[in-house]
Amino acid sequence: MTSPEPVVLSATAITKRFGTVDVLKGVDLTVRKGERIAILGSSGSGKSTLLRCLNLLERPTGGTIALDGRTIGRPDGKGCQRYDERELDRVRTRVGMVFQQFNLFPHMRVIENVMEAPRGVLGKSKAEAQAIAERQLAAVGLAEKATAWPAQLSGGQQQRVAIARALAMDPEVLLLDEPTSSLDPELVGEVLAAIRALSDEGRTMLIVTHELGFAFHFATRVLFLHDGKVLEEGPPEQVLKAPREERTRRFIERFTERRF
Amino acid sequence: MPYVWDFSAVTRNWTVLLSGLGGTIVLSLAGIAVGILIGAGLAAMRLSGLRVLRWPATAWIEFFRNTPPLVHFFWFFYGLPMAFGITLSSFGAALAALGIQSSAFFAEVFRGGIVSVERGQWEAGRALGMSRARLFRRIILPQAARRMAAPFVERCFELVKTTTLAAALAHHELLYAAMVVVTETYRPLEVYTVVALLFLTVLFAASQVSEWLEARGRAMQGR
Ligand SMILES: Nc1ncnc2c1ncn2[C@@H]1O[C@H](COP(=O)(O)OP(=O)(O)O)[C@@H](O)[C@H]1O
Ligand SMILES: [Mg+2]
Repeated sequence: MTSPEPVVLSATAITKRFGTVDVLKGVDLTVRKGERIAILGSSGSGKSTLLRCLNLLERPTGGTIALDGRTIGRPDGKGCQRYDERELDRVRTRVGMVFQQFNLFPHMRVIENVMEAPRGVLGKSKAEAQAIAERQLAAVGLAEKATAWPAQLSGGQQQRVAIARALAMDPEVLLLDEPTSSLDPELVGEVLAAIRALSDEGRTMLIVTHELGFAFHFATRVLFLHDGKVLEEGPPEQVLKAPREERTRRFIERFTERRF
Repeated sequence: MPYVWDFSAVTRNWTVLLSGLGGTIVLSLAGIAVGILIGAGLAAMRLSGLRVLRWPATAWIEFFRNTPPLVHFFWFFYGLPMAFGITLSSFGAALAALGIQSSAFFAEVFRGGIVSVERGQWEAGRALGMSRARLFRRIILPQAARRMAAPFVERCFELVKTTTLAAALAHHELLYAAMVVVTETYRPLEVYTVVALLFLTVLFAASQVSEWLEARGRAMQGR
């Protein structure tokens, strides 16, 4: 037996409260190098909040996140973590994120969108950043759109640029939050294909998606989130075809028209 | 008897009016500069997470937005010497009044532009590990600036017209120059018509330039 891949990212007892609402109620998660984890769950179950806690875009109310075995922040002595802004900036250079709404920078050309962080955050030279950006744009099939403005692209193309932008930082983990949910149906395929291509290079990924067919073939592990907790997790064959939990089964049944 | 227009009062006093126009332009530009500087500071204070900064900025903005500008002119010209023994020239008092009053309006223009940039832009930048300062400079400000342009230009035009209040301090700008000419020639209709036309010409030209700049900005983003 081969030894398991190292743990890249882990979450321990993550809770998140907004005002008086407990959105995450203790989530434990271990992500090993090369894993592709699909996170499922109905709307409002806390999927986005979980992803946003993993890259500290949202500070967890309780619990800890560790990247490469190093716990982020330090205990404040009252059971919570204190975070240093500079440390969080560094963490976020290692954990990429793709948003449902793309969030491209509209005042920058496509290639400038992709070059911005390698150049400004990683301190790459202009030539290096340009080479990286050209490579990543080619990887998502948009080399010829380098000098276009985001507003000139279709939603599918914009999302592929957003993927290229995240990958230009060469993150250890890539988080994708419903990357195809705001796309017209005919544009979903091209974005899923770009994401699928990343698995060939062994990229570690967590994706929140409602595309169960895609999740089935793409993910190495599926996680079903319900009411701020991980209700069920396992290989896609098990969770999607033979769910243990009644709620998971009912959730999947709502998508029965989709074959996988 | 119908009124007989006679513009010789204007043509004979051209130089007086032109130097008045010069005074108006200098006062306007200086007022805009002061307004931008203080306004940017106020906007930063209002956007800060600290209540001790937000509160005084809000109070300042509300005070100067909701009190008549002529009162500010008198206050700086006549009030300061009495209250604090600080005597300002008519230019100094007018500049202080214009700059401080417009800072309240500029602050709201700047703040409005910045908060209008979608949250997703901040999140995208932060998710790439950008520091707040860099994110603000590279991502937020350029987008905010574009949205501020139209209201900013409008505030500048208001300020230019407000400079005429400096005539009440006998400061030599266009309106005061016109009053002097009128006193000598008793041709108020012609003189003030020309004053209006001069303002119209200057501001119309400025608005054409700013529209052209805005159109160019839009074209540069492919929309
Ligand atoms: N910034 C926030 N402030 C208050 N409530 C929030 C915030 N973000 C999310 N929530 C709430 O947390 C719950 C889970 O949200 P979310 O993580 O977006 O769910 P999902 O992505 O699974 O649909 C929802 O009820 C949502 O209203
Ligand atoms: Mg969500």
